[in-house]
Order: sequence, then C-alpha cells, then structure tokens
Amino acid sequence: MNPKKMWNTYQKEIPENNLYYARSCIRQNFFPASEFIFLDIMRNVLGKYVFDDPNHTTCTGIGYHADVVPFDTTQTVIARQFSLMTEAGLENIAVSCVTSFGLYTEVLEMWRHHPEQLERIRKFLYKATKREFNIPKSIAHTSDIMYSCKGFIAEKSKYSLINKDTGEPLRAVEHIGCHYAKMFPSNVVGGAEFPRVLAGMIESWGGQVIDYPERRHCCGFGFRNYLVQANRGYSVSNSQKKFESMKPYKPDFILTNCPGCAMFMDKWQYLIAEMEGETYDSEGKGIPVLTYEELAGLVLGYNPWDLGLQIHQVQCEGLLDKIGIEYNPDLKYADKDGNPLPLPKKPDILIQ
Amino acid sequence: MNYYIELEKDIRFREGLNACLNCGICTAICPAAEFYNYDPRLIITIVQQKNNEKIEELLQSETIWYCGQCMSCKTRCPRGNTPGFVIQALRYLSQKCGFFADSEKGRQQYAIKKTVGENILKTGYCIHPDLVTPDMHPEQGPIWEWVLENRTRVYERFYANLDKQGAGTLRKIHQKNLDELASIFSETGGNELYNDIERFSEKQASNMNLSFTETFDNDYFRHVCTYNSGNHSSE
Repeated sequence: MNPKKMWNTYQKEIPENNLYYARSCIRQNFFPASEFIFLDIMRNVLGKYVFDDPNHTTCTGIGYHADVVPFDTTQTVIARQFSLMTEAGLENIAVSCVTSFGLYTEVLEMWRHHPEQLERIRKFLYKATKREFNIPKSIAHTSDIMYSCKGFIAEKSKYSLINKDTGEPLRAVEHIGCHYAKMFPSNVVGGAEFPRVLAGMIESWGGQVIDYPERRHCCGFGFRNYLVQANRGYSVSNSQKKFESMKPYKPDFILTNCPGCAMFMDKWQYLIAEMEGETYDSEGKGIPVLTYEELAGLVLGYNPWDLGLQIHQVQCEGLLDKIGIEYNPDLKYADKDGNPLPLPKKPDILIQ
Repeated sequence: MNYYIELEKDIRFREGLNACLNCGICTAICPAAEFYNYDPRLIITIVQQKNNEKIEELLQSETIWYCGQCMSCKTRCPRGNTPGFVIQALRYLSQKCGFFADSEKGRQQYAIKKTVGENILKTGYCIHPDLVTPDMHPEQGPIWEWVLENRTRVYERFYANLDKQGAGTLRKIHQKNLDELASIFSETGGNELYNDIERFSEKQASNMNLSFTETFDNDYFRHVCTYNSGNHSSE
C-alpha cells in the first residue's frame, strides 16, 4: 500500500469546537490545574467553546475495572453523560481521562455490535432517571484535541523545548495510557503501532522524542493491583521496568496522556528512591513527569506555579532552568493571593 | 449451575471469546504474567473446554484476580479475542456465586467495594482526596501530605471548586445527581453486586474469626488490604 494512504488509516477526525467536557476523577485530585489549563487554552487562547457541566459524575471506570461495578451499571452511567451532552445541545465529547475514553469507546463499540444492548441501556436509563440520549458524533480524548491544536500552540508559544545552554532539543520520553491506544486502535491518532498523539506535540514544540525498549509497556496501575495495598508491588514493578529501560537514554522529562500514568510515574520514582536509593536521572533528583496541558502551558509561557508543577513529587526546577523559564521560588508554596503556605516535608532522596 | 452458560450471559464474554487457537501471544504481552504466576492462555483454554468442574476451580482460584486490565491482550490477539474481557466475566460470576471469598486475592474485592465502590455513591467520584490518606497511601509521599494538610488553600490555588456547588474541579456533586447515580445502581444490579460482596465477605470474616462491621474499621478490612502470602510470584 502507498505509505501515505496507509498513514491515513491511522488518522482520526478530532473536533476542536463545541465540546462537552467530561472530567477525570484522578486528574481532579492530583493534577487539578491541568484541567483548568485545558479549558483556559481552549477558551482563551484558541477561542473555542467547551461546556464544563457541573452535573456529570464519575463514569465509574476505576470501580468498573476493579470489578466492583457491573458493566450494565457503567454503561448506564455513561449513557447518562451522553444524556447531559444531548441536553446541552452538543454532539462531541472531550474526555479528560484515558480510562473513561477507553470505556466510552468500548461502550459505543459494544452497542454497535449488539444493538439490543443499546436498547437495554436506554430502558435502564429511562427507568432510573427518565432521561433519554443521543449517541455522540465523536469522542475525543483531550490529548487528541491538544494534538490537533499543536500547530496553533506552537505559533503562540513563548518557549521552545530546547536546552538553552546547548541549543539541543530536549530529550523526551512519551508514555501513552494503555486504554488510549491498545483497546480500540482505530479510534486514536496513529493507532496502537504508531501513536503520535504525544510525540506530535513534543516535536511541534521543539523537543526530541526518545525511543526505548519498554516505551509501550503499561505503567502498572493495574486497578486492583494499586488500589489494594498488598498488591502494589505489581504496580511499582511495572513502572520500575520502564524507568530502567529509559535511564540509559537520559530523558529530560516524561510526558503522559493518562491520569494514572502521570501520577504513578511521578510517585513510584519517589518510592523507589526512598526504598532503594535509586533514581533514574544523573543528578539524583528524578525525571520530571508532565501532563500535556502542563507542557503546553510551559511553552505558552504560563507561570509554572499556576500549572501546579509544585504538587508533583519529582520537582521541576531543573527542567525549567534547561528551557530558560523564569520562576519565583518564593511563590512556589503560596496560596492564590501569594501568601506563603507551610512548607512540605522534604524526601530523603529526591531533593531539588 | 452450568458456569459456561452463566458466562455466556455476560456480553463481555461473548465479545471477548470467539475461538482461541492457544498461540499464547496474550501471555507473552501480559504485564501480569511477567509479575505473577499467571497465564491468560491457560485460563482461556480451560473456559473453552466448558468443563464445569474446572471452571468452578477457576472461579475459586487466585489466578483470575491477577490481571491488571491494561487490555494489551486485546491489541495483540490474532483472532480478535480479548482475554481481559473473559477475566472480567469470570470475576463477576465469582462474586455473584461467592467464590471470590475463597481466595486471598479475591477477598480483596471487599476492600475495593468499601473504598472506591462506596465513594462513587457518596461523592460522585471514584477517587476523592479524603480517600487517599497517607496511612493507606504512604507511596504518595510528602508533597501529597502537604496537599492534604493545606487542602482548601492548595486546591483554591489551582482554581478548583473543592466541595462547593457549581462547576469546576472537585466540585461537590449536587444531591440530585447523586440520586440519579443511586437510582442507576439500584436499577442495573450495581447495588446487588455491592450487597453480594458484603454478604459473602461477612461470612468469610466469620470463618476467619476476624471482626466485621458496617464501616471499614474492622479487622477483616485491614487483613484483606494488607495480607500477602507471597505465593503469587512468577519467580
């Protein structure tokens, strides 16, 4: 097949405007600024309409994949989100969470294969809530949308992902959430084989993407394998396998599009450092892990402390210095009015 | 009970298993197979043989609880099967029959129900800062402790709407929305599964002489959360 035609099969149509925004449970807890920055970039930098609905709830995804929520229940909760989208007069959903994105896609696929299941869920939803719904025209993960807008962001950018001292592109490791690309490859940019969603952003904004052997290995969330204390060895072992594999390539930062992956790859570096004294950078400070909104915010010139980089366990000053981003250390741990907050305890190993 | 017929009632089972050729690529790609003594290919083989006794053994086993549901197997199966979907169907049936309480890993479903499960109906979120306490999550580190200790001012700093009405990050989900969620759980078998997990766990707690209460402040909860026999590794 003509390579150009072949690549077309890996593309997806990504709506950038008039979006119903579905938030992520994990991101609201651990990356609260990222969702705000997404909305701010979309609305105020790119001039798009995104509806942030107070009425939507969790999709139940973490409970579902930990097997305490039945599939009928999860499908009906998702149908309720579709009903809220319909009520708002919208047709396209922008999903902040990769687990939710995978589930929304799975549910639609299931209903396509088994139309009787769709009718069953319509009945459940109506009986439970008197609600009806339209099937969304499209479901995009918010990283798809950021990928789609990467050129506009590059045009408006204040910084490039270039090491200001050497003039070389920063070396980035990208990690894509399993439920983004592995479940329904035809619904993602580049499919499961060549996912471009994060690589495209990094390259558009001046950085260099590093390939490494365990690039596509799971971060190790594993749902019940993290949620239950006794199982967390599974979770950290998977991340450790990735860190060891990427270490020789000396990445400047890790970029992820999945809420869990971003949190685990940050926190497991802390845990491994404390337990084994091992870090995966040359200075013993860890490799900073960013969300794609944080990265977009940095190149657009947002204040790093407005992006919430200070609530990552692996600190980011080294990366900011490499790019040449200015920041005020006194405002790192301050409230919204700039008043100082008590300082956090320092870890024994990952000290900035 | 004919377990294969019960499994076939689960749409994920019908979607996930057509005809397996036992090539083993699912096991080769599986992160859980690398960490645990776990072989999804073998599970599919057992299920495909439709031997009721063997399927019952699976429902009582540790092995069905190892999968991390990354779904890497879905990408790679040359026959379009999804062993992860079959595992989901097996776990559901194991919980409906009460077999989950027979295994160390299966018993952990009680811990998940008491935390994430109940949190969904209480707050409208799977995860909430109140749930990620430093004693249960020491791996979250000192920055997370700092976030929790200063939660109002920290979340406000990042434009959140913590525990308040209206739109925004970590907003308080309005009671009318929680009521709709509860009604969906009641209508679709969600509450029934919670009750099954609770009922069979209480029985198991009694068998193990461990205290069991309505809240998770009990010895059975602490046991299932933290006990690891060390008999699960692939090494």
